[in-house]
Amino acid sequence: MITYLEAIREAQARALADDPRVYIYGQDVGAFGGAFKATKGLAKEYPGRVIDAPISEDAMIGSAIGAALEGMRPIIEVQFADFSTVGFNQVVNQAATLHWRTNIPCPITVRLPSGGTSGAGPFHSQSMEALYAHYPGLIVMTPATVEDAYSMLLEAVAIDDPVIFCEHKYLYYHLKADALPTEATPTGKARIARAGRDATIVTYSAMVHEAIACADELATEGWEIEVIDLRSVKPLDTDTVLASVARTGRLLAVGEAWPWGGVTAEIVARVATDGFGLLDVPPMRLNAKDTPVPFHPNLWGTHRPTARSIAAKLRDLLRL
Amino acid sequence: MLPAIAAPPQRLDQPDPLDHSFAQTYIRAYRWMLLARLTEEKLANLYRGGKVQGGVFLGKGQEAVSVAVGISLRRGDVFAPLIRDQAGRFAFGESILDCTRTYLGSRLGPMRGRDGNVHRGRPDEGMLPMISHLGAMIPVVAGTLLARKFRGQFGTVGATCIGDGGTSTGAFHEALNLAAVERLPLVVVVANNQYAYSTPNDRQFACRDLVDKAVGYGIEGHSVDGTSLADCLEVLGRAVDQARGGGGPQLVVASLLRLVGHGEHDDASYIDPALRNSSLGLDCLTLAEQHIVDSDWADGAALAAWKEDAQQQVEEAVATTTREPAPDPNEEDWCALASRHLRDGFVTE
Ligand SMILES: Cc1ncc(C[n+]2csc(CCOP(=O)(O)OP(=O)(O)O)c2C)c(N)n1
Ligand SMILES: [Mg+2]
Repeated sequence: MITYLEAIREAQARALADDPRVYIYGQDVGAFGGAFKATKGLAKEYPGRVIDAPISEDAMIGSAIGAALEGMRPIIEVQFADFSTVGFNQVVNQAATLHWRTNIPCPITVRLPSGGTSGAGPFHSQSMEALYAHYPGLIVMTPATVEDAYSMLLEAVAIDDPVIFCEHKYLYYHLKADALPTEATPTGKARIARAGRDATIVTYSAMVHEAIACADELATEGWEIEVIDLRSVKPLDTDTVLASVARTGRLLAVGEAWPWGGVTAEIVARVATDGFGLLDVPPMRLNAKDTPVPFHPNLWGTHRPTARSIAAKLRDLLRL
Repeated sequence: MLPAIAAPPQRLDQPDPLDHSFAQTYIRAYRWMLLARLTEEKLANLYRGGKVQGGVFLGKGQEAVSVAVGISLRRGDVFAPLIRDQAGRFAFGESILDCTRTYLGSRLGPMRGRDGNVHRGRPDEGMLPMISHLGAMIPVVAGTLLARKFRGQFGTVGATCIGDGGTSTGAFHEALNLAAVERLPLVVVVANNQYAYSTPNDRQFACRDLVDKAVGYGIEGHSVDGTSLADCLEVLGRAVDQARGGGGPQLVVASLLRLVGHGEHDDASYIDPALRNSSLGLDCLTLAEQHIVDSDWADGAALAAWKEDAQQQVEEAVATTTREPAPDPNEEDWCALASRHLRDGFVTE
């Protein structure tokens, strides 16, 4: 059995082994193996290529851009996605604009341990994908499975553009697969995680599993719910979403991030503008509440969508 | 017994003013400064005539320190100039057409109308295109040097310029600290022109002297009189040599005044007249010219010929650029990604 976290470690090991241009830079990633152990043992296996950085997200990401200009393929581990705000400027203004301005690519991978876990609180729980997806020039990946964590991270390193790799901390240990994948779905292609005909849930990252649990529950009542895993939120596979809505006529977009704007709003906007006629009822969205992410498990469990809250929303949608 | 040494060895940090090669370097630097000054005067005129899209940001009074950076670097080094570095850009190898094409929005310029004025460069030739966000270029230069360190490639240097105001950014601090930890051959040159836009230094920082920051980072600090080309050449030459020789990051702080507005829209009325009338307010270009005359390195006729030559280069570049096509929105592909197949079709339509 291999966990989501181990898949991320294995993908980095393979990237280091296959490509001499790859190095990993981040706080505590060296001998210590990273705050989550995503680089466990790699500093020893690849001496001089897995390096501890000072607590300087701006300089870490800025230096990765410089190294990319020199032909390297840096992987930056930000200790928690939340701290990427300190390096935000380098990502959105420097990395994201470089190719467009100069025709020279900027192949950096920024790994963001994202999303909520119980007890983590306002500053170790954030989902930043919508912020980054808003900017032209970035690819934003949100893998929901062990297989995708592995193959998409390898693809992130190979892609000639800056990739924001939003790996979900809740899935690190919870999610297991029998083996690493030997084949990969290309980035930009969504996945039908569960087929159904009565309604479509479009989601990504950890919420895919809440959505599937919800669909399983509703199946006992005779409903067949389709769950789409976007895999990457930018590019966003609108075709797969529209095709599903064409089959079901009902759409619920679910995300762990905050409700103002963001990925779920983008999905609803796209379906409303390009697939209005496919909808039998008005589309719905479900997001986290519009507050910082709470620390206490009682509050956190209600702040973010869960299988139960998704099911409640879905029952409304099906009743319409 | 070893024979006594006949003459004392020349100290490297004090160029002999009679040294032929020093005179040549000085004159080369002066001519880049002159070309920069005349280019910028032309750009200011074009701006006033409404011929420039966007702003114009000039380096009048800062040419000596800027040119000294550019001239101390070699092919293969990395340079990230900032807004007041026309002289340094020329000395590093930027063509005057790259400048006029970017300012005047020619499609043939390196930025193809996608970015303008001082935001230009050729990363594949070692000149990084600045983004506006002050401080942000320093970690990028550090990263190029980090990559070279990984590859075991030594002997090259990365240099970048910043203002007194830019030293207050987090990026400045983070990058200098990172470069110090990795002992990178990074030269950061602060043109301390006493103001950040209208903000005087006493509202910008509370340390006695910006060069004292070097101690805090554990790196070498150098102070230089930014109005003296000789001083700038000597100090920048030494700082770059030390970085190249494995001495780690170098912080150079030049004292001077900018002799123009922040941009051409600004009359700089906030600059303290006492500063203007102090030695900081001297014009480095005039002083350099005087130094050449006083040293008998050139006569009036030669100086006039150099001016004539520079002016002609400027006029030719502008004339060429004005005839060139502007960017065409219908031919623009509106794709920000290198991996075109990954663009988000819905958004780009
Ligand atoms: C991070 C950031 N904040 C604000 C600005 C707007 N701005 C542009 S130039 C400038 C003043 C810069 O002063 P200084 O660094 O001393 O350079 P100088 O203009 O004096 O050469 C400011 C505030 C900016 N470019 N970047
Ligand atoms: Mg200033």
